[in-house]
Amino acid sequence: MNETAVKRSVAPGVRLGRASFVWRPWMVLVTLLLAVAAFLMFCLSIGVGDFPIGLSQVIATLFGQGERVDEFVIMDLRMPRALAGLVVGVALGLSGAITQSIARNPLASPDVLGITGGASAVAVFLVTVSGGAATVIADSVGLSAAALVGGLGTGLTVYFLAWRRGIDGLRLILIGISVSAVMEAITAWLLVTADIRDVARAQAWLVGSLDNRSWGEVWVALWCALALVAVVSCVAFQLRPLHFGDEVAAGLGVRYSMVRAVLLLCAVLLAGVAVSAAGPVPFVALVAPQVAMRLSRCPTPPLVASGLVGALLLIGADLVARTALPVSLPVGVVTAAIGGPFLVYLLVRANLKK
Amino acid sequence: MSTTLEKRPTSVATQARRRRVMGLGTLAVVLLVAAAVSLAVGARALSPAEVWHGLFPTPSSDQRLTEITLIVQTVRVPRTVLALVAGVALGVSGALIQGFTRNPIADTGLLGVNSGASFAVVSVITLFGLSNPYQYVWFAFLGAAAAGAVVFGLASIGRGAGSPLTLALAGQGVAVFLAAMTTAVALSNQASLNALRFWNAGTVAGVGFDVIWPVTAFVAAGLLLALTTLPALNLLNLGDDVARALGVNLALSRTVGIVSVTLLAGATTAACGPIAFLGLMVAHIARYLTGPDYRWLVPCAGLLGAAILLTCDIVGRVVTRPGELQAGVVVALVGAPFFAALVWRGKFKTV
Repeated sequence: MNETAVKRSVAPGVRLGRASFVWRPWMVLVTLLLAVAAFLMFCLSIGVGDFPIGLSQVIATLFGQGERVDEFVIMDLRMPRALAGLVVGVALGLSGAITQSIARNPLASPDVLGITGGASAVAVFLVTVSGGAATVIADSVGLSAAALVGGLGTGLTVYFLAWRRGIDGLRLILIGISVSAVMEAITAWLLVTADIRDVARAQAWLVGSLDNRSWGEVWVALWCALALVAVVSCVAFQLRPLHFGDEVAAGLGVRYSMVRAVLLLCAVLLAGVAVSAAGPVPFVALVAPQVAMRLSRCPTPPLVASGLVGALLLIGADLVARTALPVSLPVGVVTAAIGGPFLVYLLVRANLKK
Repeated sequence: MSTTLEKRPTSVATQARRRRVMGLGTLAVVLLVAAAVSLAVGARALSPAEVWHGLFPTPSSDQRLTEITLIVQTVRVPRTVLALVAGVALGVSGALIQGFTRNPIADTGLLGVNSGASFAVVSVITLFGLSNPYQYVWFAFLGAAAAGAVVFGLASIGRGAGSPLTLALAGQGVAVFLAAMTTAVALSNQASLNALRFWNAGTVAGVGFDVIWPVTAFVAAGLLLALTTLPALNLLNLGDDVARALGVNLALSRTVGIVSVTLLAGATTAACGPIAFLGLMVAHIARYLTGPDYRWLVPCAGLLGAAILLTCDIVGRVVTRPGELQAGVVVALVGAPFFAALVWRGKFKTV
């Protein structure tokens, strides 16, 4: 009796030659469904607008079978925005899942690694301080690019400050929180001393937006994201043993220090990609892995599903923000307004079931 | 032989206790000195004699002395008292929230207190056109308390009963939602955006005793509740099962603890704005100084919080004279690098 109870709760393992993995049919199913849903949401987001295009036509056009008018509207006008949403969502979801896995803490997200804080501080500085070097920088390289450099600089600073014979999850997070706190304090102080009109502009940038994306920006973000996803997928299979702690991971043959260093660097860079494409969209990275974990009934944040939930959340929120709301709001606001309550709903449902 | 074996542990324990008492004593002395300095330092520097006269005025016709009395009694004393009260409250609630969620990166904003208060502030400014911090302090407190209650209520539904993980995540979910609403309101209304930026910086200046006394009352109530949960909190950190077996009423002690955190953090946030990093930092430093025993850790965190907040307020008055840096900004600018250095040296243990 006891035997069967124990057996039933353990997912079966599968071994193919040297590779082995845990077979979780529910997780695979959920991941597939999420992928389909994300694709449909992507197409829907492209189709809806001042010039509505049916879902089937969108899909046909995406595969090169569409009419010329549709092709112009989709490929030249709407695609960059939708693609940016997709890339940002996947990057944030993935980056959040990595951070939470390595910190073994559901409250950890790339926001605490300093990228968001650094990018925000630089952007607010450029917006609010007029004249001198600030204007020169803002005019020559553009606000987003300068913010990206600031964000990546801060993220990498956190990373190297936390380096002490390897990367330790808690140390990185605590140092990241400290550096973020400094950046947020600088931002708060800049906002207090600034002119109120500049504050409004800065505030709009601070929540992130997908407006006015061009193909150029999206291509760069897309290729960077793909390269990072490739690196992550090479190392990711060594992530799961890390959940048991360093000793067990080492016993299972994982070079935990190296794995952690590479994955966290990828998380930092992925969050940087997201900032470059949409500004600091808050909370997606925190919410997506937790939602994905609960949907796929996986004990740890699943990487692929987290990225898909992130994409679904961001594209969906963008769609809602563009069409359903009476006032125009940045996508970051809508994402948080949808993602937060959904996470709470999943928690409450799990509690009621137990 | 056996006597030496019995003696050694007690002497180690006595040593530890002596060190902790000495530590708390030192902190209390530092706090007194800081309070005295805080009365003297500001846009107009005062000598000790002038401060004394300002505190206990003797009737005189000297214009200068009346002015000093006015400065000391309406500016310096209120902000010093508020810094002390808020510092103790933030330190204690920071240590408690980390204990109750068993999470080393939980801060005092985790229960949605900060975002609840911010949302209340921007809402009442937009709806009623309030412009004076005096008017919206109590709305802020209501917002903070409501957010805390919602978070704890949601986390207690069903059989989770406020378990650490559910509490932390429900707090995040609600905070995320409220922050989004706050931004949405602030982007559509310039007056509330203007108030929000000052609110977000976090300061102990600018409110009088008509705000400070009620805040102190809430903080005192929160501290009393906090004291009653400390022994149970020690047991809770051994794990739910062990705590239950040792006779802890899990639901009761968690409820009392969370109510206490909401009172402490909510009242302070209403009066000062969000200064979330202070609680997180202080809880870690206190854990390093006293060890994991919450009966020592929490008082130490309270004193430390007050000392740091007061010092940061003084620093903020001095560095950009005649202007001022908000205490919340200084806490992050000065405290964070120091804290990061301590973290890097590996001084901290997880909860």
